[in-house]
Amino acid sequence: MPDTHGAPQGFLRQYVFSLDHKVIGKQYLGLALVAVCTGMVLSWLMRWHLGWPSAAVPGLGAVSPTGAPSGMITPEYYLSLMTMHGTIMVFFVLTTAPFAGFGNFLLPIHVGAEDMAFPRFNMMSFWVTFLAFAVLVSAFFVHDGPPISGWTAYAPLSAVGKDAGPGQGMGQTLWAVSIGLFCVGQLLGALNFIATTLDLRTKGMSLARLPYATWAWFITSVIGLIAFSVLLPACILLILDRVAGTSFFVPAGLVISDRLQPHAGGSPLLWQHLFWFFGHPEVYIAILPGFGIVSHILPAVARKPLLGPKVFIACLVTIGFLSYTVWGHHMFLSGMNPFSATLFSVPTLIITIPATVATLLWIGTLYGSKLRFNTAALFCLGFISVFVSGGLSGFFLAQPSVDVYLHGTYFVVGHFHFVMGVAAMFGIFAATYFWFPKMFGRMMNETLGKWHFILTFIGVYCVFMPMHFLGLAGDVRRYSAFTDDYMKGSLPLHRFITVAALFTGAAQLLFLYNLVRSRFRGPLAPANPWDATSLEWSTASPPPHDNFGGQPPTVFHGPNEYGVAGRSGDYIMQASPEPEPAA
Amino acid sequence: MHTRHLWSLALAAVAAAAARAPSSGAGAAGTITGKVTFTGTPPRMRPIDMAKEPSCATQHQTPVMTETVVTGPENAVGNVVVYISAGDAAAGTPTEPARYDQKGCQYIPHVAVIQVSQPLDIYNDDQTSHNIHPLALVNPEWNKSQPPGAPPIHASYAKPEFIAVKCNVHPWMHGYFAVLTTSHHAVTGSDGGFTLPGLAPGKYTVTAWHEKFGTQSQEVTVAATGAVTANFVFKAQPY
Amino acid sequence: MGKVFAVIVVAIAAVSTTIFALHLWWPPPDISVHGAGIDHELGQTMIATGVLFVAAQVALALFVWQGSDAREGRTVKRFPGGATPLVAFAVVLVGIEILALTFVGSKVWANIYIAPPDSGALHIDVQAEQFAFYFRHPGADARFGGLHPDLIDDGSGNFFGLDPANDTTARDDIVSSSLVIPVNRPILLTLHAKDVGHSFYVPDLRLQQDFVPGLVIPLHFTATRTGKYEIVCTQLCGLGHHTMRAFLEVMTPDQYDQWLKTQAAQQ
Repeated sequence: MPDTHGAPQGFLRQYVFSLDHKVIGKQYLGLALVAVCTGMVLSWLMRWHLGWPSAAVPGLGAVSPTGAPSGMITPEYYLSLMTMHGTIMVFFVLTTAPFAGFGNFLLPIHVGAEDMAFPRFNMMSFWVTFLAFAVLVSAFFVHDGPPISGWTAYAPLSAVGKDAGPGQGMGQTLWAVSIGLFCVGQLLGALNFIATTLDLRTKGMSLARLPYATWAWFITSVIGLIAFSVLLPACILLILDRVAGTSFFVPAGLVISDRLQPHAGGSPLLWQHLFWFFGHPEVYIAILPGFGIVSHILPAVARKPLLGPKVFIACLVTIGFLSYTVWGHHMFLSGMNPFSATLFSVPTLIITIPATVATLLWIGTLYGSKLRFNTAALFCLGFISVFVSGGLSGFFLAQPSVDVYLHGTYFVVGHFHFVMGVAAMFGIFAATYFWFPKMFGRMMNETLGKWHFILTFIGVYCVFMPMHFLGLAGDVRRYSAFTDDYMKGSLPLHRFITVAALFTGAAQLLFLYNLVRSRFRGPLAPANPWDATSLEWSTASPPPHDNFGGQPPTVFHGPNEYGVAGRSGDYIMQASPEPEPAA
Repeated sequence: MHTRHLWSLALAAVAAAAARAPSSGAGAAGTITGKVTFTGTPPRMRPIDMAKEPSCATQHQTPVMTETVVTGPENAVGNVVVYISAGDAAAGTPTEPARYDQKGCQYIPHVAVIQVSQPLDIYNDDQTSHNIHPLALVNPEWNKSQPPGAPPIHASYAKPEFIAVKCNVHPWMHGYFAVLTTSHHAVTGSDGGFTLPGLAPGKYTVTAWHEKFGTQSQEVTVAATGAVTANFVFKAQPY
Repeated sequence: MGKVFAVIVVAIAAVSTTIFALHLWWPPPDISVHGAGIDHELGQTMIATGVLFVAAQVALALFVWQGSDAREGRTVKRFPGGATPLVAFAVVLVGIEILALTFVGSKVWANIYIAPPDSGALHIDVQAEQFAFYFRHPGADARFGGLHPDLIDDGSGNFFGLDPANDTTARDDIVSSSLVIPVNRPILLTLHAKDVGHSFYVPDLRLQQDFVPGLVIPLHFTATRTGKYEIVCTQLCGLGHHTMRAFLEVMTPDQYDQWLKTQAAQQ
């Protein structure tokens, strides 16, 4: 039985320290929105510098007099922008929005419950995540600035303290504290998702009848429970190396800034193993909710059932399981035993099979469909296209022999941005356009939405496809400038990417404007604007405090009843007692 | 009889006053000169390969040599900081900034002498970015990137210290800041010679510092006028 | 809207594929013995993924185009055969691809990283530090001097921390900022890092290997063409990461011997 609670009174209880999963979900989404805007601005500064390294950024000198004197971005400033960009985007956008944000709002409703299994844990998990973000942002304001070791924070660079360079003092410690706190928040959240999915399903909601997004959130939670349980101690060990004189990750005999470092016995590879054992499942945590969201929305906009739903669930489970066997593909050239390269390469290639199957199931669903081209639909279709692009470039990197050439180049940057920075983002956009009416009781503007989609879709291809070309030519990633002889010729393409990135960033203003305007002035939304089947559409927009107005629904069907003759049209809702037509 | 006593008294008074007076001004005309040399075999200096930075490498017709031990004719030692370490009255802080250049991927001068709180202006004259990192232990440590065309960095140090300076980007670049309290200092050239003028009569400790050979000190008594010689001899070893 | 989307998808697929196929941006000519295997794998993967890329994007565009048909009374159609042919296609096609790539690719990999170096390989010691590479030849005595981190003095050119005062084998070690090697001769590098992680990458050599502090990592290759190439660092090592490079100079055996003599005289 959930810890049921009555409707709260007072502003703080209703909107700040709320136990209601719907409020908590919106709080997570609000946090992710602030994070993504921050992360985007950081990326604009990075791209500006890469395109025009000697050009000053107007006004930046006043904001960062040390890092960017007279507005000229120094190498360490570039690297700190890059580190914070990656950290903020991966953790506070791609893990927070599709999983903690939408999952929190929808999962209890999808299973027919009044709230999460542990509402207090739920509230705590948000505020711990919020604190983690605040701690991370505070790294911008310490004397030596934010860390410069990338979101991957490889040791010993991240472990030895300020001798290793600017930002590697307090900034790096704050980073480790922030990520540790983030792990705690996500662990609490994952526990809630799992318990709610297993224990709080309403009458008739068997596991087989769970919506596909719910399945994805459930499996993501299981992955997260294990992954974050490894990252948390890794961060603690890193903090100990930095402040307590331990040497988990630092061997003896290192001379940094002309100083012999007082460490001995540690292994930099240990950090890499711990980090990537978390880090690879993390990227599936970032994308699987998108898989679920696309599978949830696609049938509703295609007006036909998702092809092969059981196979799709099996793909999710397989990907979840395999995600733990592949982490070494980030480490082919790391100095670990070269035999292990083949060992990691095989499951890395095998994991492409369920990903391919899922993609083919979506494309197969589109066959013979009657598409409704609302913005949510467009972002789902765009998701398929960009996931194909990003997934295929992974094929190159999965092979150690090819990785010898492409590792550390812009090819990798193009690959992971396509799957994470674009596909996962498209999942978030699709979810926003689809569930905004349910969450806020108002419709978003479709014209603005379509323009947002078209400009973004073309824009992201212009930004990230050329990175594969740069990688093939040997352009190295994480460089703040391309002064090496063989890379000088890549500058025109870098400038093209910068212009495309700034243009695509500007297009997001359409989305922000749409969000704010629709929130207050959008036309009122009906309960089921999309003629969709799952339980959230059986209740009001927005739902009442206990989700179903005191009447927990009974479920009669799975979520896939589209393209069938139903009472309301060509679909049958999950909570509708009408029988399914004979097959 | 009475007059002679008066004269002695007067002389004693003047001498006492002179001993307390700052070394500049009336009565500060003494000089310490000398030469710094070595015995034994000094280490060989090596050519610096600036291949990684062609914009600097092309500035030198022949490769520059490392500057750890700069020697000259008759076993002279260059880049030795010779200064008054005791017996000197307090010096005022000079307002004229000292200048440190990064040119051709070298620090010029190799050893820059400044007084405490004296402003120091650091210039990047090269086409490449430098990141100057003075490895101070007593004073606050900092490092700053200086892209080409960036304005000079203004620094100063509040405590006396010999500070090793390195460039984070170009590992071969090494130099020193000698932060001193005294205004009486000199750096020997490759002829090994130094002159410390403007000293009032009295007893002084003269110290010679070299980055590899270490430090030596001598007690020197300076007369009212004229030069006193103080030479320093360092022992050199090939490695 | 659907038709617009379909056209855009096809256009993107066409432009991207053309640029890849025309090799407008492509690895530089290979100058190594082992590189042909890598280039072959790269080429095969490019073709396989290219076909899948075009097929998937075109299928997406086609079905979206057809799905945008807004005529009344159209009924939805199920994919012929349902999910089964798609699963079979994925498992079989991707499965074969995986087996092929793994089988061939693991041989290419093993040649570089698992096979032992040639017994007559020229051994050069490599140190990576913030932010330069330094290379060390053993000199006339064919022995490397021991390394003492506490003796490192960059300003004097003692980058490796040699102790020539007490260690006679160190006195003739030749330290250089460039990796100078003779052509067509097997080379064995031993990589170690002075401070943090770095990486050794020469695109022309199709070779890359991380330096790990605390480890000494062997890396061997043979260069097949003379010339001057760049070695760059690909492991984020601090603010000077992008400036960290050295030159690989592949010389004829005579030029190399001459270079060695000149260097020895300066140590």
